[in-house]
Amino acid sequence: MHELSITESLLNTASDYARKNQAKKVTVLNLVIGELSGIVDESIQFYWDMISENSICERSILHFDKRKAIMICMSCQKEFELAGELSPCPSCSSMDLKFLSGNEFLLESIEIEK
Amino acid sequence: MVNSKIQIVENILSANDRIAEENLDFLNARNILAVNIMASPGAGKTSVILQTIKSLAPETRIAVIEGDTAPVTIDADKVSNLGIPVTQINTGGNCHLDAMMVRKGLQSLDLENTDLVIIENVGNLVCPASFKLGTHVSLVIASVPEGDDKPYKYPGIYRGIDCLILNKTDLLPYIDFDQNYFRKGIEVLNPGIPVFPVSCKTLEGFSVWTDWLCSKMQGK
Repeated sequence: MHELSITESLLNTASDYARKNQAKKVTVLNLVIGELSGIVDESIQFYWDMISENSICERSILHFDKRKAIMICMSCQKEFELAGELSPCPSCSSMDLKFLSGNEFLLESIEIEK
Repeated sequence: MVNSKIQIVENILSANDRIAEENLDFLNARNILAVNIMASPGAGKTSVILQTIKSLAPETRIAVIEGDTAPVTIDADKVSNLGIPVTQINTGGNCHLDAMMVRKGLQSLDLENTDLVIIENVGNLVCPASFKLGTHVSLVIASVPEGDDKPYKYPGIYRGIDCLILNKTDLLPYIDFDQNYFRKGIEVLNPGIPVFPVSCKTLEGFSVWTDWLCSKMQGK
């Protein structure tokens, strides 16, 4: 549900950059979404199709670069991907873990026509 | 026609984050500490707020912002009955508070003589995690009946908080809740944060939480 607010924010940011660069239209938005960001890409897409209508971003394509949450085991130093729920280190079963990444939630770039 | 690619690399919620920064500046200028309380529905947000008021007011001058999805004033009425200034933000069905809503809430309160603003977020363990409000302290209230596995199932919301209240500890004898397992999850997600086991019914542990909160106000 919070994806609607997020999608509105995305439309504002992309439209601002498009205007600043004298774009006629935006064709592609490249997004980076970490697994722990709590963002559901299908919901973003659903709202995007609705709210981008009649804007400079109409019919643009959302490209999602999904990044896994990466953890490091503090006992054996192994790095591994989090598979859904928080779970012990796959090699030594330790729960002494730290997050390295997975919170990303960025508009990396847009592709425009001038 | 020319095609080109524009590099941006901007946090999608940066507009919200900027307003959150302004909220923080607004509070700092008035020497007010603000607390964002997040939890699932029924964890005891309102109970903790009411008990915190009973423990600290009137020495600590408190105001409350209530976030609700519908114009139901049950929570706001309970706070108001204690003689505490309260404003309600109706999110119109939205599942979280954002920085702009909190800005409006702050503007609608008379904060001339206030030490502490408590913000009750919408009951939800997913959406509020993404939206900074501009508070000094963000916390989650977990409760014993929800189960000890919540940090493992909803890791996002435990990542950005400053402390955790474990409510309804009076129910521990009746419910299979492994405190060690629960705390291990919290420790992985957010190493070193204080955890306050409390019961709003028996008041066991409650003063440890309010003492910590007072130390935050004095440290400002």
